[in-house]
Amino acid sequence: MFDFLDSGQYDLLGAFWVTAKLALYSALGSLVWGTALVAMRVSPVPLMRAFGTAYVNIVRNTPLTVVIVACSFGLDQTLGITLGGGRSEDIGFRLAILGLVAYTGTFVCEALRSGINTVPPGQAEAARALGLGFTQVLTLVVLPQAFRAVVAPLANVLIALTKNTTVAAAISAAEAAFLMKEMIENEADALFAVFAVFAFGFIVLTLPTGLLLGWAAKRLAVKR
Amino acid sequence: MSSVLYDTPGPRARRRNVVYTTVFLAVLALVAWWVLSALADKHQLDADKWSPFVTDSRVWTTYLLPGLVETLKAAALSILIALPLGAALGIGRLSDHRWVRVPVGVVVEFFRAIPVLLLMMFASAVYAEYTTVSSDFRPLYAVVTGLVLYNASVIAEVVRAGVLSLPRGQGDAAVALGMRKGQTMLYVLLPQAVTVMLPALVSQLVVIVKDTALGGALLGYAELLSQNRQITANYGANTIATFTVIALIYIVLNSLLTTLAGRLERRLRQGRKSPSVTLPAQAGATEVKSDAVSGA
Amino acid sequence: MKLRSVSAAAAAAAVLALTATACGGGSDSGSNGDKINIGIKFDQPGLGLKTPDGTYAGFDVDVAKYVAKELGYSEDKINWKQAPSAERENLIKNGDVKFVVASYSISDKRKKEVDFAGPYFLTHQDLLVRADDKSITKVEDLNSKKLCSVTGSTSAQNVKEKLAPKADLQQLGGYSECLTGLENKRVDALTTDASILAGYASQKEHQGKFKLVGLKMSDENYGIGLKKGDDELRGKINKALEKMVSDGTWEKLVKQHFGPSGYQYEPAPAIAK
Repeated sequence: MFDFLDSGQYDLLGAFWVTAKLALYSALGSLVWGTALVAMRVSPVPLMRAFGTAYVNIVRNTPLTVVIVACSFGLDQTLGITLGGGRSEDIGFRLAILGLVAYTGTFVCEALRSGINTVPPGQAEAARALGLGFTQVLTLVVLPQAFRAVVAPLANVLIALTKNTTVAAAISAAEAAFLMKEMIENEADALFAVFAVFAFGFIVLTLPTGLLLGWAAKRLAVKR
Repeated sequence: MSSVLYDTPGPRARRRNVVYTTVFLAVLALVAWWVLSALADKHQLDADKWSPFVTDSRVWTTYLLPGLVETLKAAALSILIALPLGAALGIGRLSDHRWVRVPVGVVVEFFRAIPVLLLMMFASAVYAEYTTVSSDFRPLYAVVTGLVLYNASVIAEVVRAGVLSLPRGQGDAAVALGMRKGQTMLYVLLPQAVTVMLPALVSQLVVIVKDTALGGALLGYAELLSQNRQITANYGANTIATFTVIALIYIVLNSLLTTLAGRLERRLRQGRKSPSVTLPAQAGATEVKSDAVSGA
Repeated sequence: MKLRSVSAAAAAAAVLALTATACGGGSDSGSNGDKINIGIKFDQPGLGLKTPDGTYAGFDVDVAKYVAKELGYSEDKINWKQAPSAERENLIKNGDVKFVVASYSISDKRKKEVDFAGPYFLTHQDLLVRADDKSITKVEDLNSKKLCSVTGSTSAQNVKEKLAPKADLQQLGGYSECLTGLENKRVDALTTDASILAGYASQKEHQGKFKLVGLKMSDENYGIGLKKGDDELRGKINKALEKMVSDGTWEKLVKQHFGPSGYQYEPAPAIAK
């Protein structure tokens, strides 16, 4: 039943490696972009606040499929943005990361915002009393505590992101879902085996993440 | 709420804010100008690419509105089937019997760990291979199956969190009145939990609406997003215009749902009398929210 | 309690939605009563296209109409069904359609699953380039070019495996997306069957913008797909196709649909017995 694994016709590990790379790079990017967004949303400059709010509300309400496909032919095919990639596969991979970052950043931002709300106001007040400016209050006092409070929600975002990498199949990034689509077409008689293999692959990718970060969330949480 | 982060701006801070605003505005304007001029340069802003959406009502009646109906149909069916199924799974996870709790837990965790796209593709292949479902409905069935399996397990967690967020006294009081376990759940715990969960459930509906687009892009389901193929084939490959319009429809639809969720939440919070319930309820709601994120 | 009225309204809406779906069900067999189900493409200008009026237009559509008429079904008795490339075999095998006319190339692999009447049209894999582009004249030129095709199509596999393995091949979801890239000079050529390319090139929005290179990179014989073993229907369709060629309808339809692009079409192929 699982003969297709030995045939060497399908590069399963390669596909999951692409999935893992997509997830990893996008996770780092979303963390940075989400932090920047939340900084805008709580900043003293009204225009930045408005931009942050509008961006989050618009992108969160757009299907990821639309975001990623728009990256592919809006940015690449129309505006010629290739992010330094040479061949098409390369460009597709990079644009998929860009789309995932643009989308996932909004969820990171919302998680962090709720994290900021858990930091007692006294902390920020004390920091301001010491004469710290907004940037210092945020980066030295509030955000470090907020991050520790939202490890668990961020873990959920990361798991969702790992699963969302499959949407990159819509622009033919050679990741797991794209390979599964191909295998379903060619190995119709081994359908259940194919599904089992890919389901197992994703469980392997997401389960340790959840357990590890769940443990980290407990260790890092600020005891109050 | 966040103004605690900075002092009321004095004259210097106000000047600085003006500078930041100007710089930020300039950057935004520069990006916008570059994008628009690049688009204009490539003839993507030409009137004949955009005018069909305003002048030709047939674009709406033949493609976009039927597509939107399909999207809503799939989303409505999914939530309607997923709700009772999810409630059952959620209650199953709270069961006192190990042999119910453990298998249900495994099922819920399994479907939560698998990307919904994989579930849809698998369902589609199974329907094509082993059933005689007509081709007219196969993509719809596949999309709904994938969404139901995934969202039922998310809703199961929402229900569980909702029930666990209720004060212990509720269950104890029901037991003291001589209610059986089923009655306690049905008449005491669930009705209260549902009101706590309602905003999270509406947010989940947004996730579902967004996920239907997967069926259009990869399974050939004739929902809103997939209409771009037929529109662009008829109106001279106006891909940018078509995509912009379709994205706007999604954004408006989902913004309405999000606003509805926010309203519900506020109304529920106001409606609550005893503060002892508010706190755990909110804790439940935040946990529930982070779950809602897990959709595509 | 206000909330109850909200949930009641939601429930009512839900019931409405359900009944609406239920009503959507119904007829789903190959030909029920006096109607006939035919599979075509909905998104290929020139071959099979759902127009803004909700009607269907293209060479494949007209061939299907002619054949249906010969089989005894007038135009208003036809139910058009969308037949995306990956779904064609399933549609035929499950009996959802009587036959499929959807730029369906006859191949040995497909013959294992379905039978073909025809062929009714011979075309070749070709390239569509910008009208002012003179740098691509032969297949080898592709190795240094950016090429676009539709995900999973045989044309794409053909290029990757045989014709120009070094070409930078981009696979997108649909031909319109490739055309956008071609128009914006992000890709240099779009490859698929010449008939499909001609359909796009002869649309009024595209006239003068693109041209076909005229390479014959493969032979694609379009056939009419039908259920395996249904020799009676196959014979009838073949007879209809022969008549279509001999009474001049074929020539007229080809001119009408492919003429404006300057596409040099092949004469009508001989029907395989």
